[in-house]
Amino acid sequence: MLVLNLVEAVTSALDVAMEKDKNVVVFGEDVGVEGGVFRATKGLQEKYGDQRVFDSILAESSIIGSGIGMAINGLKPVVEMQFSGFMFPGYNQIVTHAARMRNRSRGLYTVPMVIRMPYGGGVRALEHHSESLEVLFAHTAGLKVVVPSTPYDAKGLLLAAIADPDPVIFMEPKRIYRAFKQEVPEEYYTIPIGKAKVLKQGKDLSVVAWGAMIRETQKAIEILEKDGYSIELIDLRTISPFDKETIIQSVQKTGRFAVVHEAATSFGPGAELITSVNEGAFLYLEAPPKRIASVDTIVPLPKGEHHYVPDVDYIVSELKTVLEF
Amino acid sequence: MFLENFDPLKDEMIQIMDKEGNIVKPEWMPEVSDEELLQMYKTMRFSRIIDEKTLQYQRQGRMLTYAPNLGQEATQVGSAAALKQTDWVAPSFRELGAWLYKGAPLENIFLYWFGNEMGMKMPEEVRVLPISVPIASQMQHATGLAYAARYRGLDEVAMAYVGDGGTSQGDFHEALNFAAVQSLPNVFIVQNNQFAISTRRKIQTKSQTIAQKALAYGIPGIQVDGNDIFAMYAVTKEAVDRARRGDGPTLIEAYTYRMGAHTTSDDPTVYRADSEVEEWVDKDPIDRFRKYLMGKGLWDEEKEAAYSEERGLFVKETFETVEKSGLTPLEDTYNYVFAEKTPILEAQYQAKKAYYAKEGK
Repeated sequence: MLVLNLVEAVTSALDVAMEKDKNVVVFGEDVGVEGGVFRATKGLQEKYGDQRVFDSILAESSIIGSGIGMAINGLKPVVEMQFSGFMFPGYNQIVTHAARMRNRSRGLYTVPMVIRMPYGGGVRALEHHSESLEVLFAHTAGLKVVVPSTPYDAKGLLLAAIADPDPVIFMEPKRIYRAFKQEVPEEYYTIPIGKAKVLKQGKDLSVVAWGAMIRETQKAIEILEKDGYSIELIDLRTISPFDKETIIQSVQKTGRFAVVHEAATSFGPGAELITSVNEGAFLYLEAPPKRIASVDTIVPLPKGEHHYVPDVDYIVSELKTVLEF
Repeated sequence: MFLENFDPLKDEMIQIMDKEGNIVKPEWMPEVSDEELLQMYKTMRFSRIIDEKTLQYQRQGRMLTYAPNLGQEATQVGSAAALKQTDWVAPSFRELGAWLYKGAPLENIFLYWFGNEMGMKMPEEVRVLPISVPIASQMQHATGLAYAARYRGLDEVAMAYVGDGGTSQGDFHEALNFAAVQSLPNVFIVQNNQFAISTRRKIQTKSQTIAQKALAYGIPGIQVDGNDIFAMYAVTKEAVDRARRGDGPTLIEAYTYRMGAHTTSDDPTVYRADSEVEEWVDKDPIDRFRKYLMGKGLWDEEKEAAYSEERGLFVKETFETVEKSGLTPLEDTYNYVFAEKTPILEAQYQAKKAYYAKEGK
C-alpha cells in the first residue's frame, strides 16, 4: 500500500496505466518537463520519454483535437486541461467531435480518450481558475463525467476512465488535491464508472455530493448528528451517467433529499438529481428536496468567494430546514 | 523539386497543364501510369456526374441539402491520388473526389446526405474520417492521426482538407503550428475556391496568398493551380513523400473555384455575376484533362459517352436503392452514443419503444 494524497493518486494511476499499456500517451500544457502546474504528471516524462509524455502547444483546441485523432488511430490519450476554466477553446472539439465521433461513424471511429481537468474553487486563485462546469459536459450526449473525492477513488476511477471505450471528462477537485492522505494500492485497480458510493448510512435524510463538497458535507453531517439526526451520505462519483438507482433507493428509505454542489444553482446538476428523486420517490418524500449550491453569480475573486460556494455552516443551516420541515 | 524552390511570397502558382490541356512545364510532369491517369480522370467525371444528378434529385425534392463539388474535382482527386491506401484523410464536407478516389462507396455517401449516419460507416480500408461540419476542426484530428502513426511506427500520412474560409479559424492555426512543432507526417490542402458561402477570399485574409501563411509556421507553403490535375498531383506527391520521410508538414493552397452553390440552400446569384462563373467554365479541370487524354490517345468521345452513360445509370440505381432505405431504426439512435447503452439511455430507449407500441407507431 502507498499512502498518497489525491494528486499523487492521479500520478500513480497514470504511471500504472502507462506501465500497463504502451498506447497510453499523456500531454497538455506544461505536463512534460515541469510535471504539470499541480505536479499531477510529475516524473512521468523522465520515466516514459518525451514521445509518451509531452508539453503540448498552448492551445486547448489542439490538445483535444489532436487527442481525438490519436484516439482514432489506436492511442489512448490522457490529456490535461490546466484548469477547467481554460477548457473553453477546446470545448468545441469536445462537444462537436469527441462526444460524437462514435455516433457519426456508427461505431467505425471511436474516441477512447480521457480529458483531465482540475476544477472548483477554494484555492484563492485568479479569475477562470475556480469554475465547476460539470453540467456543461453532463448535458452533452456521448461524454462521461467523473469526479473523485478521495485519493483511493481518484486512482481507481482514473484507471477505469482510461480503460473506458468512450471519452471521459475527469474532473479533479483541486481544493483537496493535498488535503489528506489515504492508503492507495500500488497496483492496477478500477472503480466502476456510473456507480455512486454510500459513504455513510442514515435514516432521516439522504444527501448527495461529490468532489470537494464531500468533505464539507461530512463536517456538516457530524455537527447535525450531534443533535441526534441520522443522515445518509452518497458520493455520486460519476455525474454522467449518474447512479439514479442508488439515490432513489436511499430517498425511499429516508424520505428526505438534499444535494450539495459547487456548480451554480440554476440548471445545475442538483436540478437533474431532484427531478429524478421526484420522478422516482415522490410519494416517499416528507419534505421538499433541497439543493445547496453556489449562487448564480460570476465566480467571485478570492475576497468574495465565501459569498459563493457553500461552506460547512451554510450546509448545516440548509440541511436543518429539510430535517425540520 | 517544388517545395524547395517555391517562394510563396512571390505570388507564383504551380501550373503544369494549361487550360487547353497543353503541358507547359514538361520538366515538372509527374510520372503517372496510363492506368492511373484514367483512374484519375474517371473519378473526376464520376464526381461531376454524381453532383449533377444529385442536384436534380434535390430539386425534385428527393434529396436533402447537398454541397456540390463542381469545379474542384482536380484539387480533390489530384491530391488524394498522391496518397497510399493506408494514408488518412480528414475531410470537411466538400471532398467528394477524394472520397471516391479513396474508395468510398457512393451508396454510403448518398446515405449520409440522405440523412442517415450509417452512411459514414465506411469500409475500414477507406480511411477517410466522417464529414466534419465545424469549419477547420478536422485539421486538428489530422495532426493526432499523424502523431499516432509516427508513435506506433506506422507508415501513414494524414491529409486534411479545409477551405479558404477555414483559414480564418483558430483550428487552422493550431493544427499547422502543432504539426510543424512536432514535425508530423501531415499534408494540409486548402481548397481556395474563392468563397466561404458568400464571403470572398479577400475578406478572409489580408495575406496575398494563403500559401504564404506557411512561412509563419516554419513549413513549406505552395500555391498550385487547383484545376490542373498534374500540378495538384505532382506537388501533393512531393509533400506526401516529404511527410513520409519524417520531414514534416506542408501547406498546399489549391487555387480553384466553386462553380456551384455553397449548398443547395444557397443562392449564389445574390453575390456573384454569371460572367464571373463563365470565366471559370473556361478553366474547367475536367475539360482540360480530357483534352490532354484525347491528345495522348488514351480517351475519345466514344469512351466518354459510354462511361458517362454507365456511371449515370449507376448513380441513378444507387440513389434509388438509398431512397428506398427509409427511416433510421429507433435502436440506431441509441446504440452509438456509447459502446454500451447507459442505464439512463436504456430506460429512455425502452420508454420510447413502449410509447411507439402503445400508439401503434
